[in-house]
Amino acid sequence: MTSPKRVGKIEFGLLSPKEIRQMSVRKIIWADTYDDDGYPYSQGLMDLHLGVIDPGMRCKTCGQKASECPGHFGHIELAKPVIHVGYTRLIRKLLRVTCRNCGRVLLSPEEITKIVGEKKDEITGELVTEKDIKKERICPYCGEQQLKVNFEKPTTFSEVFIVTDDNGKEKKEEHKLTAADIRARLERIPDEDLRLFGIDPTVARPEWTILTVLPVPPVTMRPSIILENGQRSEDDLTHKLVDIIRINQRFKENQDAGAPQLIIEDLWELLQYHVTTYMDNEVAGCPPARHRSGRPLKTLSQRLKGKDGRFRGSLSGKRVNFSARTVISPCPYLEVNEVGVPLAIANEMTIPVPVTAQNIEVVRSYIRNGPERTVLTDPPGANYAIRPDQRRLRLSEENKDDVADQIEPGWTIERQMQDGDLVLFNRQPSLHRMSIMAHHVKVMDGKTFRLNPAVCPPYNADFDGDEMNLHVLQTEEARAEAEILVNVQENILSPRFGGPIIGGIHDHISGIFLLTHEKRWFDKSETLYMLRYADIEHLPEPDKVVDGKPYWTNKQVFSMILPDKINMIFKASSCEHCEVCKREACERDAYVRIKDGELISGTIDKKAIGAFDGEIVTRIIRQYSQKRGAQFINDVTRLSIRGIMHDGFSFGIDDEDLSKTEYGLINEMLDKAEDDVRRRIQIYEEGQLEPMPGRTEEETLEMQIMQVLGKARDRTGEIASRHLGLSNSAVVMAVSGARGSILNLTQMAGCVGQQSVRGERIVRGYDQRTLPHFKRGDRGAGAHGFVRSSYKKGLNPTEFFFHAIGGREGLVDTAVRTSQSGYLQRRMINALQDLKVEYDRSVRTTGGRILQFQYGEDGTDPTKSSYGEPVDVKGVIENVLKEEI
Amino acid sequence: MLDDEMHAAIADADVPDSTKQEMVKYLEEKELTPGQFEAIMDGIEEEYTQTRIEPCEACGIVAAQSLGEPGTQMTMRTFHYAGVAEINVTLGLPRLIEIMDARKEPSTPTMTIHLEQEYASDRDKAREVSWQIEAAPLHEFGDIVTDMANMKVEMRLNPAVCEKRKITVEEILERAPQKIKERRHYRDFEAEADVAEAKITFYPKKESYQNLFQLAEHVRGVIVQGIDDIERVVVRKEKGEYILYTEGSNLKDVFEVVGVDTTRTRTNNINEISQILGIEAARNAIIDEMKSTLGEQGISVDVRHIMLIADMMCMDGEVKQIGRHGIAGEKESVLSRAAFEVTVNHLLDAAVAHETDILNGVTENVIVGQPIQLGTGDVKLIAKPLHQEN
Repeated sequence: MTSPKRVGKIEFGLLSPKEIRQMSVRKIIWADTYDDDGYPYSQGLMDLHLGVIDPGMRCKTCGQKASECPGHFGHIELAKPVIHVGYTRLIRKLLRVTCRNCGRVLLSPEEITKIVGEKKDEITGELVTEKDIKKERICPYCGEQQLKVNFEKPTTFSEVFIVTDDNGKEKKEEHKLTAADIRARLERIPDEDLRLFGIDPTVARPEWTILTVLPVPPVTMRPSIILENGQRSEDDLTHKLVDIIRINQRFKENQDAGAPQLIIEDLWELLQYHVTTYMDNEVAGCPPARHRSGRPLKTLSQRLKGKDGRFRGSLSGKRVNFSARTVISPCPYLEVNEVGVPLAIANEMTIPVPVTAQNIEVVRSYIRNGPERTVLTDPPGANYAIRPDQRRLRLSEENKDDVADQIEPGWTIERQMQDGDLVLFNRQPSLHRMSIMAHHVKVMDGKTFRLNPAVCPPYNADFDGDEMNLHVLQTEEARAEAEILVNVQENILSPRFGGPIIGGIHDHISGIFLLTHEKRWFDKSETLYMLRYADIEHLPEPDKVVDGKPYWTNKQVFSMILPDKINMIFKASSCEHCEVCKREACERDAYVRIKDGELISGTIDKKAIGAFDGEIVTRIIRQYSQKRGAQFINDVTRLSIRGIMHDGFSFGIDDEDLSKTEYGLINEMLDKAEDDVRRRIQIYEEGQLEPMPGRTEEETLEMQIMQVLGKARDRTGEIASRHLGLSNSAVVMAVSGARGSILNLTQMAGCVGQQSVRGERIVRGYDQRTLPHFKRGDRGAGAHGFVRSSYKKGLNPTEFFFHAIGGREGLVDTAVRTSQSGYLQRRMINALQDLKVEYDRSVRTTGGRILQFQYGEDGTDPTKSSYGEPVDVKGVIENVLKEEI
Repeated sequence: MLDDEMHAAIADADVPDSTKQEMVKYLEEKELTPGQFEAIMDGIEEEYTQTRIEPCEACGIVAAQSLGEPGTQMTMRTFHYAGVAEINVTLGLPRLIEIMDARKEPSTPTMTIHLEQEYASDRDKAREVSWQIEAAPLHEFGDIVTDMANMKVEMRLNPAVCEKRKITVEEILERAPQKIKERRHYRDFEAEADVAEAKITFYPKKESYQNLFQLAEHVRGVIVQGIDDIERVVVRKEKGEYILYTEGSNLKDVFEVVGVDTTRTRTNNINEISQILGIEAARNAIIDEMKSTLGEQGISVDVRHIMLIADMMCMDGEVKQIGRHGIAGEKESVLSRAAFEVTVNHLLDAAVAHETDILNGVTENVIVGQPIQLGTGDVKLIAKPLHQEN
């Protein structure tokens, strides 16, 4: 490998007219592009000296082909100077701060020292600003009276003379400054004075901001395209240049013919307009130049600007080869660090394999397999062979055997993807580094990418039609880096909070909850069914033997996948946080105790294995390795799926049914609440309501009503969940933390509750009422968006309408939030991207400025920390003592 | 029980003090065999060495992602009632944006004022302090009559209210006309105070109804007691002491009120903190505000990320915005600035100033297409195998 050259630095400066002429290969004088035969005019805008865009042609300047010639600049000699729009503010400033006669700064040497200080030679940047100089003073060097300089957008400058008329009255008179006048004045400013304004005269004399000669960009940056009907369509820049040349030629002719001043001025202004819009077509106070169709032209400035501009669109965001994209779907039998790739994609994506003496036979077999792999189990073929002279040969059924015989060390072939290859997998928006992770390929049938549902949280993926991207690594270095740093198991712990971001979700949690809850026994076939996919060689001693048949407990089954030396104690998600913990006697079985890799008591649920919580996952990674952690996630997801299939798990509309007594209680409850609301309204209307400090009576009433109704809704939930025990799937999901909450259950079975807009009851609508179904001024619960029904029972029309109002707010909220948080993140990344931890553990910018002397004040990596702490003292001690502390 | 030897071993260990304290706390009551103790010590020291950050880590990007990614999960709801039901505070994503924008004034400035011991335990005394802080307009102290026949505004103070609010009649009578002139910039009137009657009469300079009503408005609204910026004060009892919560913030004036515990009193106006208490205090305030904003939304983010952002904002001795008018706009690299926002202007200005981009940062190197100087791209030492063929 040759070490790549580095670009050392990039300097910025202005092009002087001399430089422009020097770098020009052709003076452009014709406004036309192609003649009738479709051949470019010599000295026209498409002159063959400016580079080649048609494949097969050679450049007249450098003799290279279209793919190699970078293009060459031409130039236009302008009839009269024109102002560069981007520099109008600089020109205005310079005109105001320098003498109109001698060009010196309007400050005496003493004043300069006062502002700048003594060290005049070391100055950089802008030191003297416009504010330092008083307007309309007298030049301290030549004694000239200065005049006020007015500037009018986009490019007009004028001087204000004060004339005394015949009556002795003072009158202001404006005289326009032409670009030539301004150029003459700027030329007079001496170099040392320019330095005071932060201008480096070696690369940027101010008069160069007034153009006398215009560079014509090479055709390669403004290619013309040929439409389907054979017509040529020119680039926007070419259109603009045509305008400039046309006016410029007319201007010259008029000038030579000695046309009247008025016409000259008009043409000058027109030339200025065209040059202005050529540079920037969105200048304030200047109508944008338009295409024939009425679309504003995209000129130089517009090409650079904005999200799809050159900087953000082309330079910072680069396009790649060797990538694939398709819909994703789940596959629970894949490991977390695998990805299922459809055969069609695997056939198209290749990995370069250099031919060496050692692998030449293997490579030959790849080539002989050909590019058309049809069966999953077939070995991979090869799509291209690259000869030592970098010529690429497309392999086909016809030439494969010939090429196979030809190859020798020094060739490279592009082999199709096969099982075990390392690829990068990505889902947009890539909000954090876990949005791109390295997976091992598993070639599969079907047309979708397959992934283990446990890796959904870091990608924030679901399977409702999400698509994901896949990139094949092309070099050995990239693969090594990906394997060590980007692999899924390296990313189980999130740098955000130091906990696992990969872990069981949804049915994994319901499944493991059902499996490990309370104590049950399985016979041998059941036990083996559960552990079918786990890598286990021996079953432990059975817990009990009945009638000569061995039985294992559910906790034993789970313990099989735990590493041997794990000791921990924690409380499960289902823990109710009782005043006094009953520990092993907990009636919810929420006290989890693991001793020497054996689950003694407690239920495994979200807290133990879930993404974002996963205490066991964290402990295994900290005590063993990330690889063991990944292995545990694989095992636990498979076990839980087996567990949930053993018992069966479903949810239907009748799971929300309550008994008659419960419905009675709920109705009574809601009636009481509505009565309470009515009573409070009455108190308010009688003026008896005691307002809360700092609130009006009305606000107080609203708050009270919200409170009463909220409480009533919660009560119905309590009634409902009392009836529905752990036999109900929704309760299992809510308690285990798999999905949903008691609130969701309340809304389905009990009462949907108050709908709100901006945290208040719904108030808008008709005059003094929300809907015509209510009386004016009705403040009651139902009239302002209280939904008394449950989702199961169904909403009545007014309730449905209020529910839609509340729902809409949520949708708007999400839409606004994504754009806002996206911008915030872009800003943060931009502000912080150059920071790195040095070898002395200090944090510095890449420019060398120190930000922190020790990263995070203690040098701890948040990823490896235990929820922020450098050492998990409690965990270490518990693991040694094997008891809770 | 930890014996002296164990204590000494803990003290000598190469771990942070907080870890040592935690060890002592947990182990103090335990019966330990020397073997167990050694195992614990080994475990802790090993874990500590494992959790050191690695050199070349792109900690800035990780910090930005760690705060940006949960941003999508936050609520937009601007108003929420934090702690006190009576006072509105901006929370969630808008608040986070506000902090990083380094706004001069937050959209809902509030203060939490702790009181000195003797005031904090007594409700009446706490209330007294609150009178000194809450801006009270003149109309709260008595009746204002606009006399259209005689073109005057007459204000009669209620001595009982004055008594309750611990302010003398003289003070009000003196302050009212003065503050109308100074604070409300309205000077076209004359005032006549009558201390004995507790009465003050205002006359407009030019007699017209418009002027009279304008004057009446000023008289009603002029703040005669308390601090102008603090519109409302709520006294709450928390953990056995009275705490004042305010709407509006003015740290400097509040610090001067007798009874305020200046060591614990805080405001959510970061700019004000930076002005009055300095940049280090502002940095801590940024960290605290971000932590509580995220915490309130139930999002856990490691403090180190927040600290890094706060340090970056405060690096130059003043609070700088994360964005175009702050850190991102003042970067050394031309290309990096151009790639962020206002592309063209940065390029034009760079040309005139003869700026040089030395391609240190991330964006610049991405633009020219070479490895960035972070992580594996920053390693310059490459081992050459001893026996290399070719």
